[in-house]
Amino acid sequence: MEALRIDITLPRRSFDVELALEVGRETVALVGPNGAGKSTVLRAVAGLERPERGVIALGDEVWFEDIPASPRSARTCLDPDRRAVGLVFQEYALFPHLTVRQNVAYGGKARVDELLRRFRIDHLAGARPGTLSGGERQRVALARALARDPKVLLLDEPLAALDAQTRSAVRGELHELLTGLGLPTLLVTHDFFEAAILADRVAVISDGRLVQVGRPEEVLARPASPFVASLTGANLLLGNARPHRELTEIVLDSGASVFSTDLAAGRVSVAIQPWEVSIARGAPADSSLNHVSGPVLSLFAVGNRTRVTVGGLTAEITGESAARLGLAEGEEAVASFKATATRLFPYA
Amino acid sequence: MTRRLFPLGLGVSATIAGAFLLLPLVAIFTRVPLGRLVDQLGRSVVTDAIVVSVETTLIAQALILLFGTPAAYLLATRRFPGRSLAVTLVELPLVLPPAVAGIGLLAAFGRVGLLGPTLSFLGWQVPFTQAAVVMAVAFVASPLYVRQAITAFEAVDPVLVDASRTLGAGEARTFARIVLPLAKAGLAAGAALAFARGLGEFGATIMFAGSLQGRTQTLPLAIYAEFDSNFDTALAIGGLLVVVSAVLLVSLKLRFRWKRSGSTSRFLAAPSTSS
Repeated sequence: MEALRIDITLPRRSFDVELALEVGRETVALVGPNGAGKSTVLRAVAGLERPERGVIALGDEVWFEDIPASPRSARTCLDPDRRAVGLVFQEYALFPHLTVRQNVAYGGKARVDELLRRFRIDHLAGARPGTLSGGERQRVALARALARDPKVLLLDEPLAALDAQTRSAVRGELHELLTGLGLPTLLVTHDFFEAAILADRVAVISDGRLVQVGRPEEVLARPASPFVASLTGANLLLGNARPHRELTEIVLDSGASVFSTDLAAGRVSVAIQPWEVSIARGAPADSSLNHVSGPVLSLFAVGNRTRVTVGGLTAEITGESAARLGLAEGEEAVASFKATATRLFPYA
Repeated sequence: MTRRLFPLGLGVSATIAGAFLLLPLVAIFTRVPLGRLVDQLGRSVVTDAIVVSVETTLIAQALILLFGTPAAYLLATRRFPGRSLAVTLVELPLVLPPAVAGIGLLAAFGRVGLLGPTLSFLGWQVPFTQAAVVMAVAFVASPLYVRQAITAFEAVDPVLVDASRTLGAGEARTFARIVLPLAKAGLAAGAALAFARGLGEFGATIMFAGSLQGRTQTLPLAIYAEFDSNFDTALAIGGLLVVVSAVLLVSLKLRFRWKRSGSTSRFLAAPSTSS
């Protein structure tokens, strides 16, 4: 299996996309906020956009090469139809005038029946895309992309067009599929958790540049910057740090003090993941050093978790716990977390 | 009182306008008995004109589709300096008086025109031939098609074109299998408009091609040739053109209504059209 090598510079209106990344037989997720240049990278790999300079290659097959010093004859830019990519578009881009079968066959006729069965869309073969549900459309789009026998799979926000219920079911299926395919896969998402579930590695991108690449659990445990931390959904608190015995004490802008096992001094951001925060009705006598009290500002369920916001901190607890504590908006509560659960970043 | 005046005024004006537009059409069919009108259609001046009109309009139509479609696709999908100028130039014949088109064609392709010496060296004499009729019709009618075709091509989602390319289809295959089918309805509407305009072409044709029965005399020219000697014949041709135009217009409208409901039902239920 050949690896996909990307090393490109591509000017955008407000910044340049400058990115070097190698994707082996694995799924890499490009994660970043909207407008960070993620889709541009996918389009460049597919040949729909031409980088200003750089290299895109699959093994020793060069798809794009344009290095400023090189002679003109050394420049390459293959048309999209000559690159063995399967690109699944965000809104799936199914051809509305063709049936499901014709859509899949458009990519390649050899494996149509097998793909229709494999993606459980054989009963829809004669239907047009307009009549399908979101999940069905996504399966058609995947089948169509694979019909070409691609050597690289590109997925642009593969779950964004689905409603929340379908999304979690499809996410599991997609993960299974990607693992089974064993193709170099580059997927783009703005949702860190989607990336963490689907990908072997995540590459966090901001304003066209990679800020951290690593296994999802590494990025989650050691975010390289407050930006990455907030992308992973962590709470960020601002304050001034000073040494306090073996620990660091941070006097938050709200006036409260918290402690961290990370060492830092001066102005810092404190990052705490929501599942590291527990909620009680009074200050608990447990091992947590940090307690922030205040009224419950918001309380809502996300899947089987309940997100509770107390004193600027968001905690994720189970619905059962929330019920047991009798939490309600406006009621006083205490949010607690251990000093070991915090990460400090010098404030930039 | 003044409250009622406004709707009353609207009603009266609309009635006058409607009557004014309708009366000449009605008069064509009522001035003489219908049977006599139909008989007139058998006269050689009419049958000759029908043959000339059908031939020239169809050839012009074929040329318009052949050259106009790629031109429209180019203008719709490529961004280049001077593009909007090119679009304006394409649309210019729409607002140009037909007499100007006629004199322009003569100045370009006439015996003493720009290309006249070249053409006569090649043994071609364009003015006052059927080729001249075709050129006059194409000149005047093509902008209607090209304009509509640009709009139709622009309405095709570029993401579908991208999808086709990443699925291994080259530009030509993408055009044939994705762009053309999706722009089909708009192109057909443009072609119908151009056809109707071409069939009615008069001013440019009479100047550039003359009005020779059996060679360059189209139906509108035959009306003009007959109206002082044989008013009934002129009326009969007029009636024929009214019917053809009405059929074109109605089928265009039906087609568009079908297309609209087709596009809304795309998201609700399967349209049961053939694939």
